[in-house]
Amino acid sequence: MDQRRIRNFSIIAHIDHGKSTLADRILELTDTVTGREMRAQVLDTMELERERGITIKAQAVRVTWKGHELNLIDTPGHVDFTYEVSRSLQACEGALLVVDAAQGTEAQTVANAYLAIENDLEIVPVVNKIDLPQADPDGAAAEIAELVGDDPGHVLRISAKTGEGIAEVLDALAERIPPPAGDAEAPARALVFDSSYDQYRGVVAFVRVVDGSFKAREPLRAMAQGTRFECEEVGFFSPTMQAAEALGAGEVGYVITGLKDVSRLRVGDTLTSEQRPAAEPLPGYKDVKPMVFAGLFPTDSDEYPELRDALERLKLNDAALFYEPETSQALGFGFRCGFLGLLHMEIVRERLEREFDLDLIVTAPNVAYRVLTKGGEEVEVHNPAEMPREVERVEEPYIKASIIVPKDYVGPVMELNTERRGRFDHMEYLSEERVLLVYELPLGEIVLDYYDQLKSRTRGYASFDYDLVGFREGKLERVDVLIAGEPVDALSLIVHRDGAYARGRALVDRLREEIPRQFFDVAVQAAIGSRVIARETIKAKRKDVLAKCYGGDISRKRKLLERQKAGKKRMKQVGAVEVPQEAFLAVLNLDGSKK
Amino acid sequence: MSGARHLYVHLPFCASRCGYCDFVTVVGRNGQHGAYVDALLTELELERGALAPRLESVFLGGGTPTVTEPRELERLLRALPAAEEVTVEANPETVTPDLAALLRDSGVTRVSLGAQTFQPRLLEMLERRATPDEVRAAVGTLRAAGCDNVSLDLIYGIPGQSTTDLDDDLAEALALGPEHLSCYELEAKPGTRFTHAHGVELERQVEALETYFERVVARLTEAGYRWYETANFCRSPQLVDGRDLRSRHNLAYWRGRDYLGLGIGAVSTIAGSRLRTTPRLGLYLAALGNGERPPREVEPLGGEVRRFERVLLGLRLDEPLSLEGLAGAVDPAALERLERLGLVERGAAGEVLALTERGRFLGGGVTAELLA
Repeated sequence: MDQRRIRNFSIIAHIDHGKSTLADRILELTDTVTGREMRAQVLDTMELERERGITIKAQAVRVTWKGHELNLIDTPGHVDFTYEVSRSLQACEGALLVVDAAQGTEAQTVANAYLAIENDLEIVPVVNKIDLPQADPDGAAAEIAELVGDDPGHVLRISAKTGEGIAEVLDALAERIPPPAGDAEAPARALVFDSSYDQYRGVVAFVRVVDGSFKAREPLRAMAQGTRFECEEVGFFSPTMQAAEALGAGEVGYVITGLKDVSRLRVGDTLTSEQRPAAEPLPGYKDVKPMVFAGLFPTDSDEYPELRDALERLKLNDAALFYEPETSQALGFGFRCGFLGLLHMEIVRERLEREFDLDLIVTAPNVAYRVLTKGGEEVEVHNPAEMPREVERVEEPYIKASIIVPKDYVGPVMELNTERRGRFDHMEYLSEERVLLVYELPLGEIVLDYYDQLKSRTRGYASFDYDLVGFREGKLERVDVLIAGEPVDALSLIVHRDGAYARGRALVDRLREEIPRQFFDVAVQAAIGSRVIARETIKAKRKDVLAKCYGGDISRKRKLLERQKAGKKRMKQVGAVEVPQEAFLAVLNLDGSKK
Repeated sequence: MSGARHLYVHLPFCASRCGYCDFVTVVGRNGQHGAYVDALLTELELERGALAPRLESVFLGGGTPTVTEPRELERLLRALPAAEEVTVEANPETVTPDLAALLRDSGVTRVSLGAQTFQPRLLEMLERRATPDEVRAAVGTLRAAGCDNVSLDLIYGIPGQSTTDLDDDLAEALALGPEHLSCYELEAKPGTRFTHAHGVELERQVEALETYFERVVARLTEAGYRWYETANFCRSPQLVDGRDLRSRHNLAYWRGRDYLGLGIGAVSTIAGSRLRTTPRLGLYLAALGNGERPPREVEPLGGEVRRFERVLLGLRLDEPLSLEGLAGAVDPAALERLERLGLVERGAAGEVLALTERGRFLGGGVTAELLA
């Protein structure tokens, strides 16, 4: 294909604003799939994606339209995958910016639109769902035009559901988006914007060829990581895999690498030919590090090997997932896992439970801390229980948060952010009604229940997005919990000094409710070092008998006792105290207990 | 196997159903008493092979055995095998001089009266028909007929029952000088009308009620009663010329003995199996009308289950449980832990096990922990 007739684009849209439906319509109208093959939302392959209506894995589909080759590069739709989104956008020259005619722009749309503008993409603004009775196409068009600095009359108005305006969208893509630059004669370079693992063919890289061309049986190298492999096949998706002779400059497609581990070929890396390597990789590669950590433990300790195997399998397809074995004296053997963010964590947990049928205890999430010890050693701490007692300095990750709310909720959002140690950055009116608030916040204040709080304090209207902005020093303390004098590693948490007392108190109160009374008094304490900051006593039980044993129906009584025993088995033994598994989740929603 | 020496006979008929009750009962159907007694006697003949030649105890429970037509009740009692202890359960309002004489003349040695409480408003809540006066009168009537072994059932933990109410109930009961007392905490059993109406209230007062059990035990032991089983008390032998007033029938359950149960919903444990007769009156009458056994659920009791039950039942008593043959049923680590907590004691070179007084108050939980 003539490079001048290639158009590479992404669709930027908030969850539910109709990205997948629009992609389906484009495939239909360009005869890429026949009606018979069409199933709703062809591009979202995983069961989970389909159910949650979000896209985890990017894919690229080639369609043809009036003599043009259009490559639709699907982007992950969530805050945790900002880096992946930025790589997908880098593979494009243009983007369809889709906004729901009834909802208007959302924080995530704004963030990704800015990302697209920073990448010099030609933006094609689209207002979708104009068929809805509550649609306000003019209002939404004005908002989106304001956002991208365009003329509202230039905004396309469509309904992906009914198919209205889809042809115009395809025309606009062909007309407005520039063809890819890049030198067909230069040493080959391709950007890896995603990858997935196929159990028969190994790692499949999704690439955008920038310079030169790639063909099968060529030795290749990933420039940032230095991984070498022989290319087994190149091709493109239409929408299924179609092998091709070669992928030329400007084209989008796949490379079958035969590699057995996605972590050896990271998103953002540059592929080049071993025979005639490029001098410089493409810019922008980052080694993405997990920022949110939690312990994952099998509820039934016999399931540890299954959990290990399941994590191994997930890791094949998820380079950002990190895990290492962890032993907790309270929860037994499990793994400390690192995630890009909360949604990533949630997705991994759900896949483990759903696809691998595991029953898990997930401890309260925490962030990565950079610690300078008194001894002058720098360490990264992923688990509160491992925070050294004597520290010189602790740094925690900060984010820049963008929150869009109707103006009536600005007050509650500001209040929440202040409680969470937020620093106000600025505020903009997106329209008369809607306000964008930008704050800097410690990520550690977000991971627990920030999003739930934000939603509940704004009656669900707030939309939220964030970007990591780096590590900053914080006055952080490690709060330990002791049950009957025994420290419980799985309940340790790291909190800001000013909130330590309140958190310790809330945690102790919560545990007193969660831990059933035992045969003896049980002290529950929160402590910083050796200083106890909160204490409660769970009074010993005074009575525990099975009542009437009547008419010789002993089986019934036995079953009651067997049930009681089974209940005990589900408890975790902390010293002499039986602690129900729910108690380990008490830290997850401490604010909830105050109300 | 020499056969069961204990016989339970279920008489399901009641004048009305109490809201908290989840036993197998039948209200009305007065015309069927005769047919039911016929069926019981047919069943007795069918099962006679399971009984020992001499019985230690017969227990007629309900329902309300004493609402059975007197003529039919008498016919049944006279046809049942003799035993050293023959108990009949009775509701106070049914105890007339005629009934008392009937029982006495038909070989009944022990009457268990469902008193439950002496507070009119609490009786009403339980939907009991007897008034406190009727309870007192019933004891008098039985005594006048010569009954020298009367047991009273009390229920505590009724919604709205204060400690004063409880103390008053215990004092009232003691004033009647019963040989035996059974004191049960009210249970909100799932599916009963009572649970529907008062379950939330019961749930709410759980903690407040926690001391009631201790209070019951303290009052009754002070008054010279032996706390011989978790919920059962009898006058101490030294106060009654050495008479052992424990219920022989219930002791048999707690000691893991075999027993035969007759009637709808009745349970038997015979030679390693537990049998549960259909609770449906129609099915029961039809089968026995044809001279056939009524439908029964059969639950084979494996060795492990039997050892489990021996421990669970045996530890309810105030006598030490012999561990002979129970190896493997008790978790040694749990035993050691519970001993350290002062809840369990081992005696006679570790061969017997008993709960301490505190252990008995926590008997359910302690047993659950102790069982391997």
